[in-house]
Amino acid sequence: MACYLTTGKHMSIYWSVLTVLLLLAITAPAALAFGFAGASAARSRIAPVSWVGRGYIAIVRGVPDIAFFLFFVIALDQAIEYLRHRALCPDWSEPVRQGNDFVVCAAAKMPLGNAPQWVHETYGFSIAVLTFAIVFGAFAANVLFGAMRAVPKAQLETAEAYGMSPRQTFWRVMVPQMWVFALPGLSNLWMVLIKATPLLFLLGVEDIVYWARELGGTKTSRFTEYPHGDWRMWYFLALLIFYLIFTRASEIVLDRLMTRLTRGQATTGGEAQRKAPA
Amino acid sequence: MDYGLRAVGIGERLLPRDDFTLCQQITLIGSGMIWNIYFGVLALIFGFLLATAVAMGKNSTSNLTRKPSEWFIFVFRGSPLFIQFFFAYFLFLQLKGVHPFFDPFTAAWLGALIVLFLNTAAYSAEIFHGALQSIPKGEVEAADAYGLSGWPRFKRVVWPTMLRLAWPAYTNEAIFLFHATTLVFFSGFPAWQQRGDALYYANYFADKTFNPFIPYPILAAYFILLTLVIISLFGLVNRRLNRHLPANTRQKMKLRMNLIR
Repeated sequence: MACYLTTGKHMSIYWSVLTVLLLLAITAPAALAFGFAGASAARSRIAPVSWVGRGYIAIVRGVPDIAFFLFFVIALDQAIEYLRHRALCPDWSEPVRQGNDFVVCAAAKMPLGNAPQWVHETYGFSIAVLTFAIVFGAFAANVLFGAMRAVPKAQLETAEAYGMSPRQTFWRVMVPQMWVFALPGLSNLWMVLIKATPLLFLLGVEDIVYWARELGGTKTSRFTEYPHGDWRMWYFLALLIFYLIFTRASEIVLDRLMTRLTRGQATTGGEAQRKAPA
Repeated sequence: MDYGLRAVGIGERLLPRDDFTLCQQITLIGSGMIWNIYFGVLALIFGFLLATAVAMGKNSTSNLTRKPSEWFIFVFRGSPLFIQFFFAYFLFLQLKGVHPFFDPFTAAWLGALIVLFLNTAAYSAEIFHGALQSIPKGEVEAADAYGLSGWPRFKRVVWPTMLRLAWPAYTNEAIFLFHATTLVFFSGFPAWQQRGDALYYANYFADKTFNPFIPYPILAAYFILLTLVIISLFGLVNRRLNRHLPANTRQKMKLRMNLIR
């Protein structure tokens, strides 16, 4: 059994688990950054900037996200290739869209047709990360926008009374205080993000779902030293348990973080903490 | 067009191969919506019944009923729906080998429906449980004072109040469930004779035309329409649940939009 679980192919499923973790590790800060930018834009006093922010939040939330995942990957891919096409092959005369085909010159292919395998994989992975970041950025923007409005007005007025500029008020008073209001929403989002990772499979990355299907399928003794029947059920059971443990662990960590953040805040939670040890 | 009922196997058999017209895309994706609505409506109805039971179970003081309910909710809320679909499909495939009784379970119309039903039951149960916890103490005490207990108290006081409190969140859950139905044909369950749901056809067109900018916005438009229908239907129920309250204390329908589950 130990030998079976360490065959070359099984190593790739472990790698793909790492890929998922890596995706989470990159996407979470990226989505947070997108969300922060979106929320700040939505709050802006310059009307067009505010419209962009609000529009970003509104559009992404209205549509089933899986449709977004399928849509964005092709759209992003084509947008990048189109821009490269315009930049690299200026003397190309034929239109890019020929009926149902999308044609760009060979130099504009992304990644290049002769690039090694790992470049293709990394490129697919980065497109996936970007898609995740855009979609989850919109959700995060919504949460942060709400959190910014939840910061007690008196705090901001006090800052103004001390003569802080709007920029200083934003960075020194509002941003440090908003996290406690944002955390419940953000932790919810984190849970959703964890649960969205199997969608990577749809984006064409060889992730855990791919490998679970691949490895679980019936193997005859002709191709492998360890023949077995249809084990895909057990592989997916393992994945299910992996996700359950992962969500449970994050729940515990986020609870701790919430207690930590609540300390000294002007909320009922903070008040309760202040009184508890006395 | 001949594609209006293609998703249930009536009409033109062959999907369009070339010369895709806008009209074809709209009708075919629209016919796929039949499946989304089928899954959504049935899962919602059955899920509602189970969710009430599980919520009561989680609210009970006896470990024997509380623990299983908590576990049920944790398992279905803690893992991705996508993996649940895969697992269920292969589980049914395995069972099919054991007994032919499980034959229909590997088809999407039953197998996926069961997964969606259990999933929405878990999510709704959590919502209902939250509502049960926030039933005003006075209402239950008043019921006691009137000599109501057990089943009559549940039927006349606890259950209506629970629904009233839970309804806005439950509306979101319903919208969410309809969006989740798009996952079915991407998760193992085969689309027999290319009878798929709306996303299946949208994806088909995007693959064939290399142009995502037409099918996906059509799909999005259908879903926005569907969402509006759900909101208005649930809004009617909400009005009825709140009809005894003065207008200014009624619960507003607050829409928190969907995320993936």
